[in-house]
Amino acid sequence: MTAFLDIIGGLALVGGAVFLLLGGLGLNRMPDSFGRIQVGAKTTTLGTILVLTGAGFLQPDMALKLFLIGVFLLFTNPLSSQVLARAAKRMHAPEAPETVVDKYSEDHAETSEDEA
Amino acid sequence: MANMLVYIAAAIAGVAFILALYRFMRGPQAVDRVVAFDVLTIISLTGIVLIAVQEARAIYLDVALVYALLSFLGVIVVAKYLEGGEK
Amino acid sequence: MHMRMEENSKKTQSNMRQKAELFVFLFVFWVLLNGSVAFATLGVGAVVALSISMLSRRQMTFLTDFRYSPKAFWVTLQYLGFFFKELMKANLRLAKIVLSPSLPINPGFVKVRTTLKSPMGRLLLANSITLTPGTLTIEMEGEWLYVHWVSIGTSDVEGATKQIVAGFEQYLEVMYG
Repeated sequence: MTAFLDIIGGLALVGGAVFLLLGGLGLNRMPDSFGRIQVGAKTTTLGTILVLTGAGFLQPDMALKLFLIGVFLLFTNPLSSQVLARAAKRMHAPEAPETVVDKYSEDHAETSEDEA
Repeated sequence: MANMLVYIAAAIAGVAFILALYRFMRGPQAVDRVVAFDVLTIISLTGIVLIAVQEARAIYLDVALVYALLSFLGVIVVAKYLEGGEK
Repeated sequence: MHMRMEENSKKTQSNMRQKAELFVFLFVFWVLLNGSVAFATLGVGAVVALSISMLSRRQMTFLTDFRYSPKAFWVTLQYLGFFFKELMKANLRLAKIVLSPSLPINPGFVKVRTTLKSPMGRLLLANSITLTPGTLTIEMEGEWLYVHWVSIGTSDVEGATKQIVAGFEQYLEVMYG
């Protein structure tokens, strides 16, 4: 039974690592800062949660602390990405040429000129 | 078997680390570097968790928790700084 | 005169509730962090959590504005289930985009509106949007949220609100209002 749980835990670890790898890949493939922030926010959150779950299967006595780390990351990871994305937008970071609509700049056209 | 899977996970995370490092060095925007840095810290965090599992030492998890806390604060502070830097 | 007194007592009441919630939050976090219920641990935790919650003003925890009804707890579980499903979907969809050589993206910034009133509900909504398929909250202004979308479905406010916000809002509405 423990051997079985170990295998499941190990597979979760590998799965999490694969998502981190996808994150690293996406970071290099996405054409603009916003795409990169998206990739960074999503893949690292799921990747870490899978790794933490796997670690919990392999070392059940660590489960409580792993859970705490998971809850913390689940809350802070998207938050830091949002703050970063807002900074990028306010700094007028270059956008991918494919960008279709930009309601944000439409709404903030006057204010950004005031600031300049 | 489970041991081997831990090593495989560590190796994959290592490749992810190198890819994120490449973006970190290339930029081009400051924001890109901060995103890459964020991803780098999280990959290191999973590295710490993997070591904690492999060595069966729960004390490393405290390191991971503090690491997560500091990286979050760091990113927020840098983002605030970048926002203000434009004016 | 009478009304003002009533208002004041309401304010103190919500202030007390915030402090109590912060205390519970900090104390539970401390106990989980220590992983023990020894008397010394509980005592130190209680003293520290009490002094922090007494000294601080205006804070937010998961409990802020939470509606303590059986239905809210049940909906919280449903929300978590929905959230993890969406997180999984987001990652798989992103993986498909990143792995396909042509990089099929169609990005843009859209504007959506939320009917949620409580700050904590809005914060959780923004976080949920960031972790779900292809969307990233970049700015919140009152009831308006600006969202970066990797592959735009629709650019008008109502359509985007329906596609991005509605799924989470129905849960958060019950939990926080």
